[in-house]
Amino acid sequence: MSEHRIKNMTLNFGPQHPAAHGVLRLVLEMDGEVVERADPHVGLLHRGTEKLIESKTYLQAVPYFDRLDYVAPMNQEHAFALAVENLLGIEAPLRAQYIRVLFGEISRIGNHILGICSLILDVGAFTPFFWGFEEREMIFEFYERASGARMHAAYFRPGGVANDLPPDLLRDIGEWNKKFPKFIDNIEGLITENRIFKQRTVDIGPITPAEAFDWGFTGPMLRATGVAWDLRRNRPYEVYDELDFAIPVGTTGDCYERYLVRMAEMRESVKIIDQCLARMPDGPVKIPDSKISPPTRNEMKSSMEALIHHFKLHTEGYHVPAGETYTAIEAPKGEFGVYLVSDGSNKPYRCKIRTPGFAHLQALEYVSRGHLLADAVANLATMDIVFGEIDR
Amino acid sequence: MAESNFWLDYILPLLLIVGYILAIVVPILLVVAVVAYGERKIWAAMQFRKGPNVVGPLGLFQPLADGLKMMIKETIIPTGANRILFLMAPMIMFTLGLIGWAVIPFDTHLVLADINVGILYLFAVSSLGVYGIIIAGWASNSKYGFLGAMRSAAQMVSYEVSIGFVLVTVMLAAGSLNLSAIVEAQKGLWFFIPLAPMFIIYFISALAETNRTPFDLPEAEGELVAGYQVEYSAMTWVLFMLAEYANIVLLSGLSVVLFLGGWLPPFHVEPFTWIPGIVWFIAKTAFMIFLFTWVRATLPRYRYDQLMRLGWKVFLPASLAWVVITAGAMHLFGWMPQ
Repeated sequence: MSEHRIKNMTLNFGPQHPAAHGVLRLVLEMDGEVVERADPHVGLLHRGTEKLIESKTYLQAVPYFDRLDYVAPMNQEHAFALAVENLLGIEAPLRAQYIRVLFGEISRIGNHILGICSLILDVGAFTPFFWGFEEREMIFEFYERASGARMHAAYFRPGGVANDLPPDLLRDIGEWNKKFPKFIDNIEGLITENRIFKQRTVDIGPITPAEAFDWGFTGPMLRATGVAWDLRRNRPYEVYDELDFAIPVGTTGDCYERYLVRMAEMRESVKIIDQCLARMPDGPVKIPDSKISPPTRNEMKSSMEALIHHFKLHTEGYHVPAGETYTAIEAPKGEFGVYLVSDGSNKPYRCKIRTPGFAHLQALEYVSRGHLLADAVANLATMDIVFGEIDR
Repeated sequence: MAESNFWLDYILPLLLIVGYILAIVVPILLVVAVVAYGERKIWAAMQFRKGPNVVGPLGLFQPLADGLKMMIKETIIPTGANRILFLMAPMIMFTLGLIGWAVIPFDTHLVLADINVGILYLFAVSSLGVYGIIIAGWASNSKYGFLGAMRSAAQMVSYEVSIGFVLVTVMLAAGSLNLSAIVEAQKGLWFFIPLAPMFIIYFISALAETNRTPFDLPEAEGELVAGYQVEYSAMTWVLFMLAEYANIVLLSGLSVVLFLGGWLPPFHVEPFTWIPGIVWFIAKTAFMIFLFTWVRATLPRYRYDQLMRLGWKVFLPASLAWVVITAGAMHLFGWMPQ
């Protein structure tokens, strides 16, 4: 009998695939059901954000950050606002800081809801997905009431936030926040101890802390391996150092631990939201320097100065002193950093964005090789891939 | 003389049989539409949604609207596909989903073909179902379809084996292969009580047999998009869906016949015996279909190797052991049916 070389099957997983989480094109080399090689292709959602920002004023650059990780928009704005504030050498008023932390955590919950529910959907159970969207809808409503937009808020601005919160919003957030743990309990009751779910996720794609560092993991992906690294705690920004919250960590870094870490983080976020609501101070929500934050409508009706400031701010924008900064925040998916270089003009000279998803995706092959096709899907889902931030 | 004999002896019975078949097939297709609607409503209730509520009162006409929509869509046949096999596969599936009903007794003597080997017939029909899926996956010339077909073939063959042993136990307990006789044998005690483990194995295997969650790997959305159905559109796809639901209804009906006492009322006392047997049959079948729906809304999906392990290493030994236990107990205590 002559010898035959058996060729592996190459499977194009995406870009149009229900589990590809956007526009991932994953070229899988399969030996039957076993993944021999997983080659993620990026770039299908590339919009040239970094280059575009170079031709926009600092204020005009804010909305681009909403459109990176569109699952948790305000966290991206947060990093940019902090970066610009660093260069300007200013600090937002306390109320603005609390509002930012509050909405940062609301966004984190919204992100984890989607991440977890789509993981559960990808391993085959479809009911929690609908439960999750009910809660996410509430979060969008809070977004809308604060900023006027459901997703692309453009709410965190350098120097504070766009507007003060409408009356009653804090009360409603508080009420929702009291009911929300019930949702986590429901998911836990249905999924966490489910044998099939555990068989699908436990020991799938385990990774050691050292390997996780090598691949550039951050956020829940890193914490699932047992490293308690969280920028909110290790490099505190805003008012995080005054707040009391725990950093949940896992042990093995497999899919199940990643899921558990995200569930625990939602509970911690609930605690942080509670503290923010209790401590929310009164006062201005943007720095009073009218060279940076625009005047109110009322002022513009009576003050020539205010009118001129308004015109200048929304045409030329403000000039930022020459310098550079790398400012990172703990986004729901991991370390989201903005490397901003200013040449002293009204536009950034360079804006490099460090997104967590990009680093996670490159490890997909490493954690999926030798696993079955269904495990590659679970790995992909627990990485919480959003292509807006990977392709930028 | 000869001519009149021909009409009386051949054509009249033929017309009668066609009439019987239509009297079964048409209600079943209606039931399938109702099941598709009811399933969506039940899921919606479990997911804090409303479900279909626009087309007709309470959205009742939604299945009809869906059917109409699918009928006027274009049937796309991929360039690389084998046209004949590609079109044949859904027809096979649909036919197999319906012909099983020939031997299901709805009530005393209310059965199309009261054959003595009813169980074997059903077993044969459900075994053939795998051909439809393999042909569909192979003929579409798509990698997803191919993987789905491979998974499905392995899965259906594996679970067929344990279903076989479940049927053997029921046959032992009833002493007959005829489905009506099996129901009559449950007059005293429905089989799901003495054969409880087998009932559970049967139900789980039925889930696997119909490719439902947690065993929906052949069409796993998150992995294979739609598996063997991936290249199908319009009416060819509708035939697959109809076949799937007809199979669910069939296996639910079969479980009622085998374990839940068919058309028999739960107690042979006054208010229960007033209700006609066919109503009991339909009610019990509806309950089984609800179980299918409930499982679908609750559980995640098994992985391929886990599914095989469950089939061969858990269900097969368990069902085999129960065959031996049942046979031994019946022999030992003289419970053999006459």
